[in-house]
Amino acid sequence: MTDIALQAVELVRRIEGDVSHTLVNGIDLAVKKGEFVAITGPSGSGKSSLLYLLGLLDAPTEGEVMICGQPTSKLSESDRADVRLTKCGFVFQFHFLLPEFTSLDNVLLPMRAAGKMGEKEMHERGLALLGSLGLAEHANKRPNQLSGGQRQRVAIARALANRPEIIVADEPTGALDTKSTEQVFSILRDIADNGQTVVVVTHDPALAARADRRIHIVDGKIAEITERGESKQVCEVAG
Amino acid sequence: MKLLFNIAWTHVSTRVRQTLVGMAGVSMGVGFTIMMAGLMQGSQIDFLRQLVDTMPHITIEDERRSVPTQPAEQEYGAVQMSDIANVGKRPGIKYPESVMGSLRAWIPGDVAPSVRTTAIIDHGGARIGITLTGIDPRREIHVSKLASQMRDGKLDDLSRAPNGVLLGEALAEKLGVKTGSTVLLIGGQGTQLNSTVAGLFRSGLKRVDESQIYSLIGPAQVMMGQSGVINQLRLRLSDPMVAQKVASQVEAQTGYKSVSWQEANADLLSTFTVRDFIVLTVMGAMLLTSSFATYNIISTITYEKRQDIAIMKSLGMREYAVRRIFIIEAIIIGVVGILFGWLLGYLLCYGWSKITIFNPLTGTTVPLQIYYSAMHYVIAGGISLACCAGAAYFPARKATRVHPVEIIRGAS
Repeated sequence: MTDIALQAVELVRRIEGDVSHTLVNGIDLAVKKGEFVAITGPSGSGKSSLLYLLGLLDAPTEGEVMICGQPTSKLSESDRADVRLTKCGFVFQFHFLLPEFTSLDNVLLPMRAAGKMGEKEMHERGLALLGSLGLAEHANKRPNQLSGGQRQRVAIARALANRPEIIVADEPTGALDTKSTEQVFSILRDIADNGQTVVVVTHDPALAARADRRIHIVDGKIAEITERGESKQVCEVAG
Repeated sequence: MKLLFNIAWTHVSTRVRQTLVGMAGVSMGVGFTIMMAGLMQGSQIDFLRQLVDTMPHITIEDERRSVPTQPAEQEYGAVQMSDIANVGKRPGIKYPESVMGSLRAWIPGDVAPSVRTTAIIDHGGARIGITLTGIDPRREIHVSKLASQMRDGKLDDLSRAPNGVLLGEALAEKLGVKTGSTVLLIGGQGTQLNSTVAGLFRSGLKRVDESQIYSLIGPAQVMMGQSGVINQLRLRLSDPMVAQKVASQVEAQTGYKSVSWQEANADLLSTFTVRDFIVLTVMGAMLLTSSFATYNIISTITYEKRQDIAIMKSLGMREYAVRRIFIIEAIIIGVVGILFGWLLGYLLCYGWSKITIFNPLTGTTVPLQIYYSAMHYVIAGGISLACCAGAAYFPARKATRVHPVEIIRGAS
């Protein structure tokens, strides 16, 4: 069990309202440490909703998300925030950097919020992270002085800041050109190869093909799981 | 905390114009509150000082607060007597010197004897009813500010002029007399006394200046028709504020009615209480209103920054930490605003103190009295800061409650 970084058990997310609808409808999933998983699916299939549940950004209506074997459904909102801070790193389609802060300060933000390291140590780690993503000379620039690809790389550096077990990325290349997309994807690939778990939602089949495992979601359910190179049909998808 | 402060500082320092408006709001609220407090308390203290300076702090009179009980009433429960003429009771305080001696031993101040009676002052047919107080000039200087209120002549001149009297300027003007003129005093029992105006004083209180005259103790006793009587002891305390307490102690010790200046002016003082209440309400409203600018700014910032809020929450910052950012922003605005407000308040007070007004009652031009007190600054600042923090709390709470997923979905 110890090599399972992230596990979903009969995960359901329903939105109650005048017309209630189910975003995620009973998903079972286990992601190993160091695995690179791509979640694909048509728009509105619930892939982003699944990702938010896996990253503890949202709470499931039913079922359980286990992070490193630890169940999370009973946690309070602020305890979930603590788990997010230390165990999960987020990358979104839009970089979502704080516009008034430099790249370095943005990377330092989660470390400062966690408050576990000294200022000097945080600075060194922040600069090292930016350097490893080829942004050493952009450390003191603000987001609006950077290109889209650079911003997304700063966002990845921020996601990595607290050495999380899991990196969760929601269409991280959705707003990028081909070259930047390629860069961002190789970075995520490297992260997984270094032993951190990466879960990515993407539209791009070429990129999904480079993941260790591809999970295709339709209508909130897993329709198909493709291990690298082979394909396994889980259930028949209508239409 | 440093991180939150950093973010807060970045937010306010990148919105110079909005922040300045907010600070100006707080500054004005604090500044005008300080000015009002200084002005109101200044005028009040000035008035009280005049009152306290003019009047003895405690007056002991030869009266009892209630009619003395008759021996028969004490003896038999069924007996009740009324309308008894107090025949044969000699007016005045018994053994005034020994009473004064025993009072001097413990009161924080001094005491002087006097004789108080009513009389009519007559000059060339103009007759005015007055209160005549016979004083001992050597002791009087310890219990009243009369010596410093003299406008013409000196207190000692009372002893030099034959049957000398001191008149208030207002009364002298009414009668058309000046120092050296002769006036006629007519007592209650028909006694008439030719007196010389030995000097003029002005206390600043119209009712005193128009109806109070002073003489030596002797002539006052003559006017009263009781030689050797002392019917009033007047006390002056080093701290006028303890008069009430001392008065009740004196009354318990001597059995004579002791009236503190507060009791004598209870009606005026209760007006002050109402005035204080009104002023406090207005000042509170001013401070509260000034914090609305802060409310607006924090509302705007939280609205503009809802994406940042979502990000910070999604990264794992707790809701209260994010909320604190905006409260810190309000406090930054508040603190800087308050500092400028203090400056503004001081300058306003200073400016007002340069303005002189004509007082028709005393006929003088006096500067506006401003009371400077660090308390005004501390209280105005404290309330204002609390209002700012409160004004920020509600928009911040609303904004930080939003679930990050809602914002993130909306953005993509």
